[in-house]
Amino acid sequence: MQEYVIELSKYFINILMIVYTLTCFYAFRYRMEKERKGVYIVQTILMFLIQILSFVNLTMVGKDIQYLFFFLFILLFLFASVTLVPMIYENINRFLLNNMCMLLGVGLCIVSRLSFQKAIRQYIIVLASLTISLFIPFLMGRIHFFKKLTWLYAAVGISLLSTVLILGEVTHGSKISFSLGGITFQPSEFVKILYVFFLAGALWEKTSFGRVVLTAILAGMHVIVLVVSKDLGSALIFFIGFVFVVFVATRNYLYLLLGALGGSAAALVAFQLFSHIRTRVLAWQDPWSYIDNQGYQITQSLFAVGSGSWFGMGLLKGNPTAIPYVEADFIFSSICEELGVIFGICLILICVSCFIMMMYISTKIFDRFYQLIVYGIGIMYIFQIFLTVGGGIKFIPLTGVTLPFISYGGSSVMTTMIMFFIIQGIYIRLHQEREKYEYRKKRAEQSEG
Amino acid sequence: MNIEKNERNNQKVEEKQKRSEGKKRRMGNQREIWITTAFFSLVFIGMLGYLVHFVATSEQDMINNSYNSRQEILLSRNYRGSILSRDGEVLAQTKLDEEQNETREYPFSNLFSHIVGFSTQGRMGVEASANYYLINTNTSISNKVANDMAEIKNPGDDVYTTLDVQIQQIANEQLNIYRGAIVVTEVQTGKVLALVSHPDFDPNEIPEIWEQLVESDSSSVLVNRATQGLYPPGSTFKIITALEYLRENDNSFNQYSYNCNGSHREGDSKINCYHGSNHGSIGFERSFAKSCNSSFANIGMDLDRAAFAETLEDLLFNQELPLTLNYSKSTAAVSDELSTDEMMQTSIGQGKTQITPMHLNMITSAIANGGILMKPYVVERVENDAGNIVKSFKPNSYGRLITEEEATILTELMTAVVEEGTASKLKGLSYTAAGKTGSAEYNNVKGDSHAWFTGFAPVENPEVAVTIIVEGAGSGGDYAVPMARRIFDAYFAEK
Repeated sequence: MQEYVIELSKYFINILMIVYTLTCFYAFRYRMEKERKGVYIVQTILMFLIQILSFVNLTMVGKDIQYLFFFLFILLFLFASVTLVPMIYENINRFLLNNMCMLLGVGLCIVSRLSFQKAIRQYIIVLASLTISLFIPFLMGRIHFFKKLTWLYAAVGISLLSTVLILGEVTHGSKISFSLGGITFQPSEFVKILYVFFLAGALWEKTSFGRVVLTAILAGMHVIVLVVSKDLGSALIFFIGFVFVVFVATRNYLYLLLGALGGSAAALVAFQLFSHIRTRVLAWQDPWSYIDNQGYQITQSLFAVGSGSWFGMGLLKGNPTAIPYVEADFIFSSICEELGVIFGICLILICVSCFIMMMYISTKIFDRFYQLIVYGIGIMYIFQIFLTVGGGIKFIPLTGVTLPFISYGGSSVMTTMIMFFIIQGIYIRLHQEREKYEYRKKRAEQSEG
Repeated sequence: MNIEKNERNNQKVEEKQKRSEGKKRRMGNQREIWITTAFFSLVFIGMLGYLVHFVATSEQDMINNSYNSRQEILLSRNYRGSILSRDGEVLAQTKLDEEQNETREYPFSNLFSHIVGFSTQGRMGVEASANYYLINTNTSISNKVANDMAEIKNPGDDVYTTLDVQIQQIANEQLNIYRGAIVVTEVQTGKVLALVSHPDFDPNEIPEIWEQLVESDSSSVLVNRATQGLYPPGSTFKIITALEYLRENDNSFNQYSYNCNGSHREGDSKINCYHGSNHGSIGFERSFAKSCNSSFANIGMDLDRAAFAETLEDLLFNQELPLTLNYSKSTAAVSDELSTDEMMQTSIGQGKTQITPMHLNMITSAIANGGILMKPYVVERVENDAGNIVKSFKPNSYGRLITEEEATILTELMTAVVEEGTASKLKGLSYTAAGKTGSAEYNNVKGDSHAWFTGFAPVENPEVAVTIIVEGAGSGGDYAVPMARRIFDAYFAEK
């Protein structure tokens, strides 16, 4: 009996996930948030069904009641998020909210399968992040000096990164974190937020060549400190963020070309200078020849994806812990292994739909400062997903970054959530402005009539 | 204060908007944003395409890799399925005793030692190449439930091979006490009907004899000579030299003539015919049929070496073969750097050239099949324990190695070998055969030669190709051809 349930739920989870993914793209048919209401209800139901099936599966296979308890906590969180947040902010973008909850739910589920201890910590961080994030739209509506702090963002960002470089702890060969009161922080994550504000602040008004060069120098300093800290993934994310924000701010295609050329040149120089970069490239080109050392991680990741195949081996039935750092850098491979590649592809498509929604929102914003923030966050978000998924399946060399909302890692989850709520804040502002505009237009028409 | 400021800001914004009324209320960079969106969407489509391709093509390679710890997981849930011959005879199976202890049994003992292989000490043969199917299960879900309740393992899927017990037995008897290998394949499909490598071993006794097998490196029992054994091709290589001559003289090869007096001299270098035979005045076809070394050394000296090297590549020398079994790459080198002596040696299949019997069989099959090589395969289908087909493998073409015309001419040449040449023991039978013999000298002492034969039958509509090497037996015509005849006999008797 139990085997029936486990086997069938595997397929059901995949089917539900496909339907959920379809709703994400179906939602784009409608322009207005109001019209999408039906889609959102369907999404919420699907989200809960997927969670229920996954945890029934986990509890049955794991034969441990702890999963069930954890599941109740997750349900509580999801329920609170999808009901409370819209109550506080009625004009919130439900699309981004739903998908955030979906991704967080899947993340907590897979992390609890990998390490129950870590899942509990992750849960606490998610709650704390949500609490902090809830204030953000409120603050965004009240504070109006964001535009004026451009150089401060850069100064704080660069000094934070440099501090970590000098004083930080070495984890897995990179100096990217430090501990404070027993909690480990990864400042490069939080600096992403400052960095986006810096880029937007520097380029929203002036886009002269001199201004772009100045911005490039400061952005370059971020990137160089990150490269020296051996945080390659973050360095790339910061670089790509810079290139694309400059492109959209200036509307000049030449900068895109310059960015591509400069990036390639920098990559070549870095390849010559740093042995750890050469190792990564080597392990990417031919991991099978170095399966015992440099290629170990990537081959184990490929085993996970290949063994999982379309429908996965089933939760707790694979061996994802064979991949080193699976819960942070290779979470996607473990998802493919146990929940299936179809599920994994759906998950990526959900992330892509979030990206498209962010881009859509950014096209609607009049204030270029806020537009560039939404745009910049979108670019950095999608590029990070590209790095971690592409690295795990040997599409590109490994860089070791997290899958936002899904990977284990407090700084990553908190930063991504704050970023999502910054977009929400801007979205709510946009909505208010539009309402006012419509209202005045109506009044003007009335007085004319 | 703030609220007032906000109001004022909003008013400013709206003034600007009013000014641009009639135009769109937009920032003007929408196009750039949508271009970015399209760009990243395309990148992701590419990446997901790559992922789908990876999963679709490499699932079993991934599971089969010995570094993949998931094999143990599957083995802890399923016991290995059986390996069967093409007509359903069991070649390997797992027996369970009352306490669910597993033993792997090979009912034919030594007969299929290399091709079916073993799975008790590492893996080899079909046991290795089809491992993924053998340890996976597609038994019905009700069986899974029942087994789960009873806490017993599920049966792994069964693998049906293309192997033919009858032909394997005949081939094995032919080789008898000799060392060597025999490969029998269907030319139109690539199915491997028999594959024998001697010396062999009993896979049932692997745990006991393992140490001894690994230590006795001189006889290298574990080497599958058919796919891994590298031998000098001897006169069978004249097929390739002849092909190159045809390519360079496609209209005039029939006008070739040579006067053989038992040896051929170029400067200080000299090539002798086998056992010093004197072939007299001969044309191209007769040079091939009689396997005249002197004439072929003469032909070899006139060939364009760069073109020859290309032909070797066309025929998969120095390259990966389309095989799932472990194999060695055949090596051959023709270039301007070869000395006169080396070039003459190479032209008659001596020198540094090395080939595996399986590779020679593939070339022969391609000639028989009008120039197109079918990929050799051993696993025909996979069934679950109820006999439902899980997966079946269809004949798969590797591509064209030589043109149809070249195949026709080579077939004529190889027919002449049977009709009037060194393989006359295949003449006047109920079926027609074509082939080439070889006596590959492997050290300088006279008479020490491997006996080769490679050929196919029937000539009119080729069905089966046989390649034989008998180590140190003597001439191909005397030793290998009679073996081939009995294998052809068995094949056509079975039909």
